[in-house]
Amino acid sequence: MLFQPAIIALLLASALCVLALAASAPFAVEVIRRWNIKSGSERQLQLERRTYLFSTLLGFVLALQLAAVLLFVFNAEKMSAMFVGAMCAVGTLNVNAFGFPALNAKIAVFFLAAMWLAINHVDSRARDYPLVRIKYALLLILAPLLAASAWVELQYFLGLKADVITSCCGSLFSEGSPTLAAEASAMKPLPAMWLFYASLGAVIALAAAHGIGGARRAWLAYALAAASAAAFAGTIAGILSFVSLYVYEHPNHHCPFCILKPEYGYQGYLLYLPLFVATAAGLAVGAVQPFARRESLRDIVPAFSRHLATVAANGFALTAAIASVMIWQSRLILLTQ
Amino acid sequence: MKLWLARRRYLIDFTLLALARRKTRNLGLLLVYTVLVFMLASVTLYSHALRQEAARVLANSPEVIVQRMVAGRHDLIPPGYIEKIGRIRGVQTREARLWGYYYDAVTRANYTFMVPAQGAPAAGEIVVGPALERSRGLAKSNGISFRSYSGKLHTFVVADVLPQASELVSADLVLMSEESFRAFFDYPAGHYTDIALSVANPLEVRNVALKLAAALPDARPILRDEVLRTYASIFDWREGIVLALLSAAILAFGILAWDKASGLSAEEKREIGILKAIGWETGDVIKMKFWEGLLVSLTAFLLGFVAAYVHVFHFAAALFEPVLKGWAVLYPRFQLTPQIDGLQVATLFFFTVVPYAAAVLVPIWKAAITDPDSVMRW
Repeated sequence: MLFQPAIIALLLASALCVLALAASAPFAVEVIRRWNIKSGSERQLQLERRTYLFSTLLGFVLALQLAAVLLFVFNAEKMSAMFVGAMCAVGTLNVNAFGFPALNAKIAVFFLAAMWLAINHVDSRARDYPLVRIKYALLLILAPLLAASAWVELQYFLGLKADVITSCCGSLFSEGSPTLAAEASAMKPLPAMWLFYASLGAVIALAAAHGIGGARRAWLAYALAAASAAAFAGTIAGILSFVSLYVYEHPNHHCPFCILKPEYGYQGYLLYLPLFVATAAGLAVGAVQPFARRESLRDIVPAFSRHLATVAANGFALTAAIASVMIWQSRLILLTQ
Repeated sequence: MKLWLARRRYLIDFTLLALARRKTRNLGLLLVYTVLVFMLASVTLYSHALRQEAARVLANSPEVIVQRMVAGRHDLIPPGYIEKIGRIRGVQTREARLWGYYYDAVTRANYTFMVPAQGAPAAGEIVVGPALERSRGLAKSNGISFRSYSGKLHTFVVADVLPQASELVSADLVLMSEESFRAFFDYPAGHYTDIALSVANPLEVRNVALKLAAALPDARPILRDEVLRTYASIFDWREGIVLALLSAAILAFGILAWDKASGLSAEEKREIGILKAIGWETGDVIKMKFWEGLLVSLTAFLLGFVAAYVHVFHFAAALFEPVLKGWAVLYPRFQLTPQIDGLQVATLFFFTVVPYAAAVLVPIWKAAITDPDSVMRW
């Protein structure tokens, strides 16, 4: 099944990302070993110049990863016609054991790359590049993760056989099957709604408090990052257990991917894009916080952190608002007094 | 926010003016880029339209077709066979069909002779498809003779010509009555070519096929979904092969973009040097170059895509037709329904803009780290 245009495109993107990080690994090692900001030597000058190249490269990788996550789901959606029993992306991802891990790995790499870019951003703002060693050590950790994600994706695509009967969202997200996704969708709508709005409300409140307080309190920053991760999980659980039901106007259809379909006016993108951006911003607040006490970052980190908190608060608020509008517009009655 | 937007706007303004100053160079790149997008977009648009066309054609075909197999080959349905199927829950109608192929030595093409379920022409009359009308110069109430496989000459009167709209399915079709069909092919009485079953509930189709296979071990049920899936894979595979072949072009384009981006003229170098001398940082120069790339990419993408759209839907994709469509003597002439698919556009974007961005990254950085004094010294 490799000769599918979208699969070729995805593999091309993965290969480019792995190549970019592989190319930057030797440089990262060199920086960790030889970086000396006080030196005026030729080598130091060269290293300083190269940091621009590698931060641009990482920005490119991040953008590509985000686009690839979207294309991956989009393509899974389209390919569902090829597999017996698959009606949407869930079926296609279930064709072999690598489907969902590939998607999860892609999402994880996206968030990690976003956190790296946040650290990179504050570092390049400071006069003396205080985080350069940490930054490149982290890059060395990120590279194998990206390679692993690309490998899982390749295994998934290599294992796509069109004659496999797959189970689709009807059975996967139906109550009773013992997966995590099934557990989330098996939640009753009412507790799921509490979880959804409480986690979003908490993260918005924390982000607002962090932003208004001038981003000076460390514990608030870490709490915001943790709340962002929790809100991400809470929102996904909410989409599985009740938002999707309202969109499909069907009491048993729990699929998180079908809302991306044209039949439902691509509403899913409205929901997922702010969620991903807000989660990335919230996690980034936590990623830059450990460095707030460095001498040269004393003003830079709080300012940037405030900015990120604003993005996170707005993004999560937008997600909650869009989900609420979807529920309000729906003709399905899920809860009765 | 306002400040941020304003900064971007000034940067884009500056970039546009800088691009306009080096017109020929940038136009050359834009042209090559547009041609690349045009080629790839033609392939994807055309194969997507073909896939859609196949799906539309098959939408009206029966859900299950039963063929009888003898020694692994397709054989006629003997008398009494259809009764053996019996009542299967979910099957709305069972219909034994009569059809066959006829090779016409005059046009050197194969026709499909068929007895329609309803509204069959009277004995001695036929209804022909549009391609046949063209190739044999037929019109209504003309007479035409075919030499049958037994050597006898049969003459028919054309009662009607099928409408153009259905040409993709009916190009080579000849409809006739059951008596004419049996007489022409010496078809044994009571025998049929295959059986068509219509099933109302799509979820039941697979169960019906299983029951059929159990009741009639020598039958081969063919499901519409399977046919559709096969068509989709064939067109996807063809598209993938063409794209893989064109990947050489993508690579060549990447090399060209790299070369163009790294071969900075002395004037450009001086410009960057002056910008840095008046306070631009390396990051700003990279941003400017990023906007330059984005503007060129989007322009080329838009131009190439529109050109491909015109090429595929107004000129019938003259360049790629033979590879993607397949070939036949009596190939139907058909107008493709214009259709743009989001996934196709996204994939295309990955195939063109991503390689370009990757190719110009390093040259952009090289340009951006230029030292002001080294370029302004002479």
